[in-house]
Amino acid sequence: MVSKKHISITVNGEAKETEVEPRMLLAHFLREVVGLTGTHIGCDTTNCGACTVIMDGKAVKSCTILAVQANGKKVMTIEGLSKGREKLHPVQQSFVDKHGLQCGYCTSGMILTSYWLLKNRKNVTDEEIRAAISGNLCRCTGYDNIVESIKDASKKMEEEGDPIEEHPEIKVRA
Amino acid sequence: MNPPAFEYFAPTGIDEVIDILAKYPGEAKILAGGQSLIPLLKARISSIPYLVSLSEVKGLSYVDEGKEGVRIGAMTVDSDIENSELIRKKFPVLHDATEQLADPLVRNVGTIGGNLSHADPANDLPAVMIALDARISVQGRNGLREIKARDFFLDTFTTALEAEEVLTEVTIPFWGKRSGGAYVKFKKNTWNFSVAAVAVQLELEGNKCTRANIATTSVSAKSGRMESAEKILAGKELTHEVISKAASEVAASAQPTSDPYGTEDYKREILKRITREAIRKALSRAGEN
Repeated sequence: MVSKKHISITVNGEAKETEVEPRMLLAHFLREVVGLTGTHIGCDTTNCGACTVIMDGKAVKSCTILAVQANGKKVMTIEGLSKGREKLHPVQQSFVDKHGLQCGYCTSGMILTSYWLLKNRKNVTDEEIRAAISGNLCRCTGYDNIVESIKDASKKMEEEGDPIEEHPEIKVRA
Repeated sequence: MNPPAFEYFAPTGIDEVIDILAKYPGEAKILAGGQSLIPLLKARISSIPYLVSLSEVKGLSYVDEGKEGVRIGAMTVDSDIENSELIRKKFPVLHDATEQLADPLVRNVGTIGGNLSHADPANDLPAVMIALDARISVQGRNGLREIKARDFFLDTFTTALEAEEVLTEVTIPFWGKRSGGAYVKFKKNTWNFSVAAVAVQLELEGNKCTRANIATTSVSAKSGRMESAEKILAGKELTHEVISKAASEVAASAQPTSDPYGTEDYKREILKRITREAIRKALSRAGEN
């Protein structure tokens, strides 16, 4: 019998403490233990990025991280982007405005990777956007609209700022 | 898909890590970032009864400039190396490789120590460390020892690490003033491994190349130096002919196999082309210094 581990992960600002089997993946912890199903599992083989979340300021694939590895860390899921506010987050609004989604399965991952990119780079070029989302697959192949959405989000973030203050550790580099 | 069940340890000190490895010989494995190991466990390609995570060991993530060279901690993630100005300036061959490694999300978690210890011949950092004449520090029950990167990779998934040893640091020595390198990788799309990749590091004196290291990725059972090709460059002015001859020698002495990434002949052709490109790029970077 494998011994369970006690973990505490801050999810969207709230501490979640529980006992888990060591083999539990962070994606399953978020979906099944915390109950936040906005984090999707697409390929389950570290390719598609549908499971992307922000962990300690970095976009990561939650299907390839054990929940026990995230012990003591801060995680933000798609639900955290507009939590406690009536309006959508600027990045979410841009995906709506520029038709950045079709079936929507990849969208939470796309948006969180975009958010991470835009927190690190200003005035992003098409090339930088495409490089940043190279670990996120859209099987509807709607990439052009996704790139347009991210460019629009970059503008919105410049003009309106970021309503989230939860990740002060994400520093603007460029 | 869940990995098969395992016991998990996350000690706070290296000594404890080594004790656990010693307690379960052959059954315990180190977990660094897990970007290669977790997919293998999930696919049930491998099963490991005891996982020892380095995530709670402090002080293993750094890129530090010393007198003799740059030291990189085992748990430094690939994206921190990619974003290091020091690395970009001093060792562009390493910057090239980290910038193209897997995808940005994997680079935010995958570590240099994991990349090297895993010793997948398709991993990018072994060839780079061999080309840079890097040294790998490993800690075990009998203390610390240093292994030259060129002696570290023994075979596919096999390194010179003993069962009770942990990779703790990589040291890249500074090269001469007029030196430079490049890593050129040919892959068909982001989520696949490369068809082939090559790391080149050169040093110049006057118009001659005085030191040349070449190592490959994905085209042999392990990453290793291409000594016969290096000899073609050493001591010579790197003219178009000399570069082409060395590139052909790399293609001839590599041992690619036919697989879904391409036939053996195709891979040799790719290798010739990317080696030419890598030498030219390394030469131009060395010339700028």
